[in-house]
Amino acid sequence: MKKGRTSPGFIRHIHPVSIPLKALELKSTWALGGISLILVMLLMGSGALMLFVYRPFPAYAYASVLELKNQYSFGQMIRNMHYFAANLLVVTVFAHMLRVFFTGGYQGQRRLNWIVGVYLFCCVLLSCFTGYLLPWDQTAYWAVTICINMFGYIPGGDILKGLFVNSHGVSEKTLQLFFTLHTTGIPSLMILFMGIHFWKIRKAKGVVTSGLNLLTEAEKPVMVKTNPHLLLREAVATLILVAFIMVLSFFFDAPLGDMANAGLSPNPAKAPWYFSGFQELLLHFHPFFAVFLIPFMLLCTLFYLPFIRFKHRDIQDEGVWFISSRGKKIAVAAVLFAMILASAFILVDEIVPDVQTWLPGVPVILSEGVIPFGLAALLVLLFHFWMKKQFRLSDAEAFQTSAVFLIITFMIFTLTCVWFRGEGMKLCFLGGCG
Amino acid sequence: MIDAGSSATYEPGTVTAFVAAQFYLVCLEDGGFLAMSGKCTHLGCAVPWDKDQQKFICPCHASEFDISGNVLSSPAPRALDLFEVTIVNKNILVNTGKRLERTRFKAGQPVFPEIVKNRNKQ
Repeated sequence: MKKGRTSPGFIRHIHPVSIPLKALELKSTWALGGISLILVMLLMGSGALMLFVYRPFPAYAYASVLELKNQYSFGQMIRNMHYFAANLLVVTVFAHMLRVFFTGGYQGQRRLNWIVGVYLFCCVLLSCFTGYLLPWDQTAYWAVTICINMFGYIPGGDILKGLFVNSHGVSEKTLQLFFTLHTTGIPSLMILFMGIHFWKIRKAKGVVTSGLNLLTEAEKPVMVKTNPHLLLREAVATLILVAFIMVLSFFFDAPLGDMANAGLSPNPAKAPWYFSGFQELLLHFHPFFAVFLIPFMLLCTLFYLPFIRFKHRDIQDEGVWFISSRGKKIAVAAVLFAMILASAFILVDEIVPDVQTWLPGVPVILSEGVIPFGLAALLVLLFHFWMKKQFRLSDAEAFQTSAVFLIITFMIFTLTCVWFRGEGMKLCFLGGCG
Repeated sequence: MIDAGSSATYEPGTVTAFVAAQFYLVCLEDGGFLAMSGKCTHLGCAVPWDKDQQKFICPCHASEFDISGNVLSSPAPRALDLFEVTIVNKNILVNTGKRLERTRFKAGQPVFPEIVKNRNKQ
């Protein structure tokens, strides 16, 4: 039977027969969702291969990672691919989330899919975090020790902490749990959520594109066949991505420190880069704020976002980057403000002595928590309302401006921790960071 | 229970690390003994004793503690935890199974060998 240029059957489960030409434009999506999917597949493939060699016990884990490197052809290459794909995945899913946010693709019937996306984002972070421990080197051991001890500051966190560690801290129990979650639990959840995620995109008639909602019933958007227009692009993107990861993996090795030593914390002991923003927050705020209240508020905002009803926001600006051209300009201004204010905040906090030294009698939860957090929150609110009034922003534009401000601030915090924190987590500049 | 040997072997104002058991035996200037956990109260990193600066400096988030475990510099929320110390006939025993959390150093915390006076006479 001749099929002509329609897609093979299984492709039609994922893509429709034809799609709007506009959805193919690179600036509609930057292909970030698709790239993330390819990375997940690469991760599952390389991860499955490593399972043949890796042994999840403190006494053997580190040795088995060395064995993978020294005794198996392309063993190190497979590990490198897993490492680079995982790191890149954090970047692409984050960028994907930003893309959906700034093109307003979380509204209307896409609301539920935004929520599924937030779940997927959490899965990616948890996956990275649980995988981080597996090589059982110094970096892994101490990063996980720090993160698990953070539970101690969360209400009810001691119970959670007890699930992962025993009286010796991070131990065999932790490794076994992390291994199981990393290789079974989280991937299963991700496959489930990914299925829902892709199905929901189909239900919403494809990715969000600007202007399509403005067409009347009679006007039809320009449509093109999925095969070859979309499939060809996807194939090319996949090949480029796989080639990129392979070249990286060929020339650079995934890091592996000394074997874990429970008696010696490396200096500085840094969290993986995707948690560095929170580690930087820890230097400025009481842990209850840095690792519980602030992340909790962020997560609540992410979940609540699609249900916020902004005044004057309608379906017409769906798919338009930054709501409007004015929104775009204000966003650039917010980026600049955030860069200056966040850097200033970090510098000032480094120079000015702790509130504790001025007010020695005050409990730390006030001096390190409520007071600095209150000040920071006040600053953000002032910025929000000042911008809103100054530029007569709509509610949605003002919200977006503050969101940009906070996202950039978080990025500055992350970069500071990764690049400008040296021995003893003191500020340092490129040459002096050792 | 860890046997840390005779109290006479420790000079006042010194810190001795017990690496395997992850605690420090501190002999304060007045001859009192504290067994302090080597884990930072902030997020559990191993805190080394910096002899030159005479303080414990956490490599993870720069918390600092003085010789008695008091917080000199945040983010650590409280003084280093203590383990129970008993001194029987000048012999120091540390019970690492009994962890005592405290906000700051207090006079009642150090344990003195009962023969401090004798040592002064010697």
